[in-house]
Amino acid sequence: MTHDLIATTITLTAHGGDEIEAYLAQPTDVERAGSIVVIHHMPGYDEETKEICRTFAANGYHALMPNLYSREAPGASPDDAAAVARAQGGVPDERLVGDVEAAMRRLTSLATSNGKVASIGYCSGGRQSFLAGCRLPLDAVIDCYGAFVTADSPPERPFKMKAVVGEADKLSGPLLGLFGADDQFPSPEQVEELRAALTAAGKEFEFHVYEGAGHAFFWVERPSYRPETAKEAWGEIFAFLARTIA
Amino acid sequence: MCTYQTDKVTLRGSAKARSGWMKITDATVYYDHPVHFPAGHALLIDVCDPTKGPETRVALELDAASARRLAESILRTLELVPEGLLEAS
Repeated sequence: MTHDLIATTITLTAHGGDEIEAYLAQPTDVERAGSIVVIHHMPGYDEETKEICRTFAANGYHALMPNLYSREAPGASPDDAAAVARAQGGVPDERLVGDVEAAMRRLTSLATSNGKVASIGYCSGGRQSFLAGCRLPLDAVIDCYGAFVTADSPPERPFKMKAVVGEADKLSGPLLGLFGADDQFPSPEQVEELRAALTAAGKEFEFHVYEGAGHAFFWVERPSYRPETAKEAWGEIFAFLARTIA
Repeated sequence: MCTYQTDKVTLRGSAKARSGWMKITDATVYYDHPVHFPAGHALLIDVCDPTKGPETRVALELDAASARRLAESILRTLELVPEGLLEAS
């Protein structure tokens, strides 16, 4: 593998027929490859998450990240778009699922697609990746420190997030969960609740809870970044993808 | 963590954004990941007029102690305003 890739901004016909921005990174030295839908974190469709897409492509996978805030703030910088989306109450679950489904269609239509698609999400995207895995035929699902999977957001907050663990029995593919032991959203107790729910539902899953790491340990450029944890977790991601969608 | 915490208030006033002075009507206040301030979490304030588009936002990212000092300063300043002036604004 040469790790050569091309990455470009595309227009994706998404939920409700809306045309939204998306970032597509593709390896150029593969005959057939699996794909992954990358779900950005709450701070938005940013450079750090585009770099994550390019890392997937450099390692032989097609990666497509829909800009979930395209509708609220077309063309705006990621931080401004995130601020607008937040003020408007965030991304509705139904729309998120529709956008991921559209990304899956786009990925499987690529000439070099092997037909298999995974999802990965970070932070709020972790919950969304789990939700997508329960409602769409994904071949593998990765949840990176997604909060409010097993518990609703506190009632005093205007930003309402509903727990999605009740849909665990519909999870379509194996789940890889990557969490920080020092995180509170999700807390280690909530990670254990998710583990229990997946076990009860008879689902295939693999969890890693890293000591010395909290929330957003993958987020380079920020104080939460934990290089050793991130490196180890990237290794788990690629081992998981090799088993599930390669 | 992404707290999903969001407190919204309406405002009447002006702010200076990258394009110059503008009317402001809304603020969003939350404690979550900052974009620029080098901390895991901060008190974040977005001041804007939603009808003018996302790029007209004025944003503040403060550590918790700074945010408290700012809030206390605003309240202290308002308390010290001579009688009669507040009603006139």
